[in-house]
Amino acid sequence: MRRFLSLGLIGAALSLGAGPALAQGKLRAEIMHWWTSGGESAAVQEFQKAFNAAGGEWVDAAVAGGGGDAARTAFMNRLAGGNPPTAMQFNTSKQFDDVIAAGQLIELDDVAQKDGWKGAVYGPVMDAVTRNGHVYAVPVNIHNNIWLWYNADVLKKAGVAPPKTWDDLFADFDKVKAAGVVPLAQAGDNWTKALTFFNVLLGEAGPPLYLKLFKDLDADATKTPEFKHVLETFGKLRNYVDNGVQGRQWNQAIGMVITGQAAFNFMGDWAKGEVVSAGQTPGNPVGCIAGLGHPAYWIGGDVFVFAKQSDPEAIKGQKLLAHVMLSKETQVAFNAKKGSVPARLDVDNSKLDICAQQGLKILSENKDVVKGFDLYLTPDGVGQVYDAIGQFWSDPNETTDQLAGKFAEILKNAKQ
Amino acid sequence: MQPRFRNWHVQLALLPAWLIVVFAYLGTMVFTVRMSFTSSKGIPIMDDVGLRQYDRLFHTDRWTISVENILIFGLLFILGCLVLGFLLAVFVDRLARFENTLRTIFLYPLAMSFVVTGLVWQWILNPALGLQANVRNWGWTSFTFDWLEQGDRAIYLVAFAGIWQSCGLVMAIMLAGLRGVDQELWKAARIDGIPTWRIYLHIIIPALAPMFITATLLLATAVVRSYDIVVAMTAGGPGISSEVPAKFVIDFLFTRQNIGLATAAATVMLITVLVVLMPWLYLQYFRSAPGARRAA
Repeated sequence: MRRFLSLGLIGAALSLGAGPALAQGKLRAEIMHWWTSGGESAAVQEFQKAFNAAGGEWVDAAVAGGGGDAARTAFMNRLAGGNPPTAMQFNTSKQFDDVIAAGQLIELDDVAQKDGWKGAVYGPVMDAVTRNGHVYAVPVNIHNNIWLWYNADVLKKAGVAPPKTWDDLFADFDKVKAAGVVPLAQAGDNWTKALTFFNVLLGEAGPPLYLKLFKDLDADATKTPEFKHVLETFGKLRNYVDNGVQGRQWNQAIGMVITGQAAFNFMGDWAKGEVVSAGQTPGNPVGCIAGLGHPAYWIGGDVFVFAKQSDPEAIKGQKLLAHVMLSKETQVAFNAKKGSVPARLDVDNSKLDICAQQGLKILSENKDVVKGFDLYLTPDGVGQVYDAIGQFWSDPNETTDQLAGKFAEILKNAKQ
Repeated sequence: MQPRFRNWHVQLALLPAWLIVVFAYLGTMVFTVRMSFTSSKGIPIMDDVGLRQYDRLFHTDRWTISVENILIFGLLFILGCLVLGFLLAVFVDRLARFENTLRTIFLYPLAMSFVVTGLVWQWILNPALGLQANVRNWGWTSFTFDWLEQGDRAIYLVAFAGIWQSCGLVMAIMLAGLRGVDQELWKAARIDGIPTWRIYLHIIIPALAPMFITATLLLATAVVRSYDIVVAMTAGGPGISSEVPAKFVIDFLFTRQNIGLATAAATVMLITVLVVLMPWLYLQYFRSAPGARRAA
């Protein structure tokens, strides 16, 4: 658990473990990440196996909670205290920009050069780990953050078909509700409500409005009738959740769909990891729709960065880890369990499930592929979006115009 | 020169403590205030942007909500603990038997951290898992208790859980105070035929003033640093409706990577605490020292 706030104790650092060292000729690496749910830890095991087989020694430093908030806090603490872990997970985003600017990360240019990342890795993802021509992180997967998951058995029992449009969805909701099942499983954390919101934005209004808002930071776009319609649709979703939202984690929400307690859930494709670890095959009975109403791919994903180390052996371990994580075999094994698609496109994707195939099709058409909004906004800006959406969700008196005004403010601040 | 400064060996022994005070407390405090005038994001930098962070802070909904919440929480928590703790102490004090058992039971929640308290009450109050779900299973299907889901109610539940945990501590303090009350007082009051409740109200409670001050001070520090109980119980939700200042600081310090804004919030907290506590501490412990120590 995080510590109390002691007033002014900013410089205080937690020392949580020993630094990297050479143990019995093996390259020891301490890897910090937040992959702790069932599906996630099965996936991370694949990295561990591959790294250990390549002559490394994987020391796991998982920190659970808050979609990575807790882990990133712990990392920043240890970095400030001069005892960073060997490798750290971040989302494919601006989360690690500050650490780069402070000169705390090693460059991976030589590994990238040798392993030919440039041609192999999906272009936008490669851009996301490159700053000023240097590679600072190893991308390990591509997630689509906007999926609608449904339980086909529940829908069949309620006598409805999987939706094609948002109107369909609300019609389905009503029938499912009448059948006595929770229509929409929603988790409590604000980032999960934000994901639901972006499902509406990208699915109902389509990528152009999204890009106008978050790429161009165009505050006037918040005043359009389209955006108002998006906010109204999002607000309507609140009528179809049960009252156990508060305190529910994302994996519990998708769990409700897997077990048939709920019909629908909006979540990124890491939810598929939970489906697989529950012993089901994606598609039956839990089906997937990438961007309801408007098939789209919102690129998210995970990267690993490597904090500067004084020990040359530790640096060797870091580079070995970077090499192993993006090697073809590891990529296929890891992503099959994680629910994502490999970060490099030159691997055999035929074994991936039907949801991943659906995603790959959108990726290869390269038409409605957008970057995550955390690539356009700083963590501060992202947090403001979470706050605004979370506040709107829990306050029935807040109007859509008020929420639109908050978005305008956030975009204006981000532009400065 | 005052006599205590002449004992240099005593001062020498205290040197480590002094160093800690100067560097760990005062030093970091000064650093925090300095950071609040910078534009630091994830890593501290030393520029000067004046009061920009404060300007943004007071225009941030989340901060305003946090301040409102800490006032609601603080008031309910302190008053609730004092009243309930005192009543429990009177109850235990007047019992002829079972005193040890009851005292243990009332003190037991204090053995748990706020995190455990928050988590347990989150489970109990969660409509889909706890009280509501169970009562409905017993047959009362329309029973609804979902304050944890309601933005304008959640903070009251946090205060309730806090009272549940901490009123045992107040009871222990009050009980010690009650035992210290001179029996002659009771005898004199009984001879005058004063009803028991009036003895408590007009004689015992004033006599316990130092106990109330100690308890209030302890509870007030718990209010200012309240963070873990909120994180464990509501995570600041639903939405941002049960956020508190300490959580604001921690979140912006690390996940939101805005050290400037976080330290501005910490500085506002520090100033508020000083403004509230300083005159009061001065009155209690320094100016009227002989009087205040009379009953202790």
